[in-house]
Amino acid sequence: MSLRLFVPQDTTSCASGADAIAQALQQEAATRGLDIELIRNGSRGIFWLEPLLEVEQKNRRLAFGPVLTKDVPGILDALAADATTHPLCQGLTEDIPWLKSQQRLTFARAGIGDPLCLNNYRALDGFKGLEKALQMSGQAIVGEVKNSGLRGRGGAAFPAGIKWQTVLDTPSGQKYVVCNADEGDSGTFADRLLMEADPYQLIEGMIIAGLATGATQGYIYLRSEYPKAYAMLNAAIERATANGYLGQAVSGSDRAFELEVHLGAGAYICGEETSLLDSLEGKRGMVRAKPPLPAVEGLFGQPTVVNNVLTLAAVSTILAQGADDYQGYGMDRSRGTLPVQLAGNVKRGGLIELAFGTTLRQVVEEYGNGSYSGRPVRAIQVGGPLGAYLPESQWDIPLDYESFTAAKAMLGHGGIVVFDDTVNMGAQARFAMEFCAVESCGKCTPCRIGSVRGVEVIDRVLSNKDESDKDRDNNLILLRELCDTMEFGSLCAMGGMVPFPVRSALDHFPEDFRQ
Amino acid sequence: MSDDVDVTNITQQFSGEPGALLPMLHAIQSAYGYIPEASVAQIARALNLSRAEVHGVISFYHDFRTEQAGRHIVQICRAEACQSMGSRQLEAHAKESLGIEFGQTTADGEITLEPVYCLGNCACSPSMRIGDQVYARVDNTRFDQLIAQLDETGITQ
Ligand SMILES: Cc1cc2nc3c(=O)[nH]c(=O)nc-3n(C[C@H](O)[C@H](O)[C@H](O)COP(=O)(O)O)c2cc1C
Ligand code: SF4
Ligand code: FES
Repeated sequence: MSLRLFVPQDTTSCASGADAIAQALQQEAATRGLDIELIRNGSRGIFWLEPLLEVEQKNRRLAFGPVLTKDVPGILDALAADATTHPLCQGLTEDIPWLKSQQRLTFARAGIGDPLCLNNYRALDGFKGLEKALQMSGQAIVGEVKNSGLRGRGGAAFPAGIKWQTVLDTPSGQKYVVCNADEGDSGTFADRLLMEADPYQLIEGMIIAGLATGATQGYIYLRSEYPKAYAMLNAAIERATANGYLGQAVSGSDRAFELEVHLGAGAYICGEETSLLDSLEGKRGMVRAKPPLPAVEGLFGQPTVVNNVLTLAAVSTILAQGADDYQGYGMDRSRGTLPVQLAGNVKRGGLIELAFGTTLRQVVEEYGNGSYSGRPVRAIQVGGPLGAYLPESQWDIPLDYESFTAAKAMLGHGGIVVFDDTVNMGAQARFAMEFCAVESCGKCTPCRIGSVRGVEVIDRVLSNKDESDKDRDNNLILLRELCDTMEFGSLCAMGGMVPFPVRSALDHFPEDFRQ
Repeated sequence: MSDDVDVTNITQQFSGEPGALLPMLHAIQSAYGYIPEASVAQIARALNLSRAEVHGVISFYHDFRTEQAGRHIVQICRAEACQSMGSRQLEAHAKESLGIEFGQTTADGEITLEPVYCLGNCACSPSMRIGDQVYARVDNTRFDQLIAQLDETGITQ
C-alpha cells in the first residue's frame, strides 16, 4: 500500500515553499523506490507551520512543519522508525493545541483533502445544507438564516436573514446573488483560504441563497490579487456544473442557478457593495447613494443579495446543522463563530475560528504566542485599514461587534495585525490617510481632498522642523477637525472611518506625535 | 506599431455578456501586457460606449496599464501587516537596488516595480508577488535572490 502524504497548495503554503517540498518528496520517493500518493490538500490555516507535511498512518495524520526541502530525506528516514522523535514532528494534526482548541464550523473541512474532490466534500457533510434547502420553501430558508443570528462577515455586520427577506419580498423577473470576494483589508485572508481550501462550500452557500430568494444567477467578484483562488473557483464551478449542482436543474430539481467569477482590478473601494456592483456592471467603481438598497435595486437595477464569502459559506453549515446549533455559539448579538485572522508581527499567525467572545489578548497571547521579533507588542490594529489601533489597555475587549463599537473600534472582517514596539504610530496614522487618498473613489470632497490634506498635516507634525510647539498643537487640532469633517461628510465608510485609526493613534500613542 | 492592434477576437468573445468591459480589459492586458491606445476605439465600438467612457474605466483601476511594462511585474505589499514586519525597509531596498520608483521599469525592460495593498499572505509577511507567484517572509537577501533568479532563467520560480 502506498504511503499517503499531504502538502498544502494554498497561497501562503506555496509562498512558503510548499511546491518545492512536493517536488522533493516525489524525487526522493522515486530514488528510494518508495510508493507514495501525494495529495495537495488545502491548508488548515496553521500558517506558522507551513509548509506543513502530513503523513497518514493508521488512518490518522502525523504532522511535520515548517518543512524545508533539505528536511525531506530525514523525515522519510524517520518514518521508517519512530517518526514522533523527529524535531519537526508536531504529533497528530488533530491534537495540535492551536487547532484543537478552535471551534471550526466554516473551516471544519479546510485542509483535510483535495479542495476540488467532490467525493471528499460529500464525505465531509458537503451539500447536506443544499439537500435540505431543496426541500424547503424560500421563506423557510430565510427564516432559518434569521434564526441563526448570522450577521454579515464583510464588516458591517448586518443581519443576513433580513437582507435576504428584502430580496425575497421584492418581485422581479431576474434576481442576483453576488459574493463579495474583494477581501481588501490588510491582515485578512479568511475568504482567500476558504476559496482555496473549500471552494464548494461557498458555491453551496450561493446556491442556497438563490433558492431562498429566487435568484438564478450568481457572481463572485474576486480581487485580482488572488490568482490561486481564481483558478480554484473556476475549476470548482466547472466540476460542480458537470456534476449537476449548478445549471438549469440544481441537483436534478426544477430550480436553476448559474455561477461566474469576475475579477476586480486592484481597487480597494470595490469591496464596498455598491461600488462593487458598478464595477461588475463594467463601470468605474463609484459608490452609489443608498437608498435604493442593493436588495431592492442592485446589479443591473435588479434585487440582489450581496454577501461576503464567509457569510455565504456559513449558510451551508446553518442549513446542514440547524440554526439553533449555529446560534448556540457566540455572545450577546454576535452569534456563531468568527474566523479570526492573526497576522503581522506575531509568532503563530493564521486562521483561528472561534465563537465570538474570546478576548483580543487571548488570541494574541495564547494563539499568537507573542511577537515574531520577540520584542514587546505595542499596538494591535483590528478590522483592516479603517480599524482602530488598540493599546494594551484595550486588549481585554471581547471579540464581539458591539463591544468593539463601544471602544471606538471595529471588528470588521476579523483581521488582527500585531505591531511590536518599533512601530511609529505617527507613520501609521499617515499611512491611513495616504491609503484613503490612493483608494478613494473620488465622489465626495471630504474623503478625496481631506485625505490628501491629512497626509500633509501629519507630515508637518512629524517633520517638526521649523515649528514651535504651538504650531504643532495647532496642526494636531487641525488634524482632528479634518477627521470630524471626513467622518460626518463622507458618503461611505472609506472616508467615514479612516478617522478611526488616525484618532486611535492620536489618543493612545500621543508621544509618537511629539518627537 | 499600434496600427497593428486588432482586438476584435477579444471584443467578440465578451461583447454579448453583461458587464463585459472589465473582463475584456483583463483579456487585452493579458494578451498585450497593457491596454494599447489603439484598442480603445475598438472596445468603445463593440460595447456602444464613448471612448471617454472606456478611458474613464481604464484610469479608475490600478491594474490597468496604458504603457508597455517590463518582462516581469514585481509587486511589493505596502499594507499594514507587511509594514509590521519591515516592508517599508524592503520597499526602500527594492527601489534602490533596482534603481527605479514604483510604476517604473528598469532600463533593460526586465522589471516593472509596483505597489500592492495586501496579497492575503499577511500571517507570513513581508509579501511580494512576481507574476502569479507570491513569496512569504521576504527580507533584503531573499529579494536579491529572487531578482537574481529572474535575471538568470527568465522564470519566476
Ligand atoms: C471601503 C469599504 C470596503 C469594503 N470592503 C469589503 C470587502 O473587501 N469584502 C466584503 O465582504 N465587504 C466589504 N465591505 C462591506 C460591504 O460594503 C458590504 O457591507 C458587504 O459586502 C455585505 O456583505 P455581508 O453582509 O455578508 O458582510 C467594504 C465596505 C467599505 C465601506
Ligand atoms: S467616502 Fe470616499 S470612497 Fe466613499 S463615496 Fe465618498 S469619495 Fe468615495
Ligand atoms: S498586508 Fe501584505 S500580504 Fe496582507
